[in-house]
Amino acid sequence: MSKKSLKARENLMAKANEQLKFLSNGVFEDDLPTFKTKLSEENQFPLKPNKLEILQINLGYMCNQVCAHCHVDAGPDRKEIMTKSTMKSCLKVIQETEAHTLDLTGGAPEMNPHFRWFVEEASKAGIKDFIVRSNLTIIEANKRYKDLPDFFKKHKVHVVSSMPHWTEDKTDHQRGKGVFNKSIKALKKLNEVGYGMPNSSLKLDLVYNPSGAFLPTNQEVMQRDFKEKLIANFDIHFHQLFAITNLPISRFLDYLIASENYEDYMFSLVEAFNPAAVINVMCRNTLSVSWDGFLYDCDFNQMLEMKIDSKIQHINNYNETKIQDRAIKIHQHCYGCTAGAGSSCQGNIT
Amino acid sequence: MADYYEQKDLRNFGKITEWSEELGEKFFDYYSKVFEEGKLTGREKSLIALAVAHVVKCPYCIDAYTKDGLQRGITKEEMMEAVHTGAAMEAGANLVHATQMMKKYKKLSH
Ligand code: SF4
Ligand code: SF4
Repeated sequence: MSKKSLKARENLMAKANEQLKFLSNGVFEDDLPTFKTKLSEENQFPLKPNKLEILQINLGYMCNQVCAHCHVDAGPDRKEIMTKSTMKSCLKVIQETEAHTLDLTGGAPEMNPHFRWFVEEASKAGIKDFIVRSNLTIIEANKRYKDLPDFFKKHKVHVVSSMPHWTEDKTDHQRGKGVFNKSIKALKKLNEVGYGMPNSSLKLDLVYNPSGAFLPTNQEVMQRDFKEKLIANFDIHFHQLFAITNLPISRFLDYLIASENYEDYMFSLVEAFNPAAVINVMCRNTLSVSWDGFLYDCDFNQMLEMKIDSKIQHINNYNETKIQDRAIKIHQHCYGCTAGAGSSCQGNIT
Repeated sequence: MADYYEQKDLRNFGKITEWSEELGEKFFDYYSKVFEEGKLTGREKSLIALAVAHVVKCPYCIDAYTKDGLQRGITKEEMMEAVHTGAAMEAGANLVHATQMMKKYKKLSH
């Protein structure tokens, strides 16, 4: 597994336009319908947002890990980090928005030097659900992150963390050597301060995404299996498991192409298209803010540099009413959100 | 044999209904019913299917149930044990015929 991002390796798939070009051609020229065609067949084109419920802010692409399938192409070599001044613009919006959920992501959001300040300030806005997507190993990465469980607890943050499998080899294969054991240690620390314990209000949810070119199965069954194994093997507790489909972009797209799984994967996604999932795709109630303050329909569109289709494209000119009157930008990667039970940052959507 | 067992042909499995709609659909209904969670879990059925896929040596089924196992979070060790179970059954079914050979041998020998 490479220790560098696609960008640092100057890989073609680091470029948004190359990814989009790839997703426009090949199987989508003759064999498979484009996402737009599919939506039109369902009378769902153009896709329009509903009320804004989730504001997702990406604090930067820097990460202590370089996971094989990262859709952000994050890693230690990524220097894109949100500045304090952009955070201030975000705070203004957080205070005014009607959204009930604030979702901080990255990279490893904790690596942003202003992360703690931002969490402290944002938590004052009284948003109902305040999520931090923590990759777990960050807690073990350096002593300055050791107190994160207490810090999260102090601000009643809802922790959502990735865990591809309950076995070491599968987890390490996807996320890097040693990640499984560090994640287990971090989970234990979170459990110790009360996170994820039965009936605890300190929410700890896990995200499962398949460690290869296949789709996730039934979320409830996976949750049952994860709980059984993590309790039996490590006495680790968590609340919910979100099963997320890998979208064919960035490092996962690169992997699909290199392993010659791309065509089959796209056929699987299209075959599993579920019209019921279209109703709830996350871009309909979410807005994604990038490290440099631009607005996107979702984190995936952010990585494909597809800014929202609105005159207002930056957090500095934020106007919720105007922004909500837009068409969502779609492309073939969207099939990842509508396959089977559907997929979003909060797991299944049907 | 070049155009036998091309991986992408599996995608066309559903098209068998085009040349016999009733029988094809009855088969697919039955097939999907069998694989629903029942007294056996979907996971258990997937492992049985993988073992049988090897016994009947169907490349499509091997691909399909390896992927199905991965989707269900079944480990490679569990998959390999399932394949051995099928293999042991095949070997057993073969070897048990040795009793016939022994019987015949004894009958024919003085
Ligand atoms: S921890 Fe998350 S952001 Fe970091 S490389 Fe892995 S998937 Fe990407
Ligand atoms: S990829 Fe983004 S824009 Fe496309 S359906 Fe999913 S959430 Fe919506």
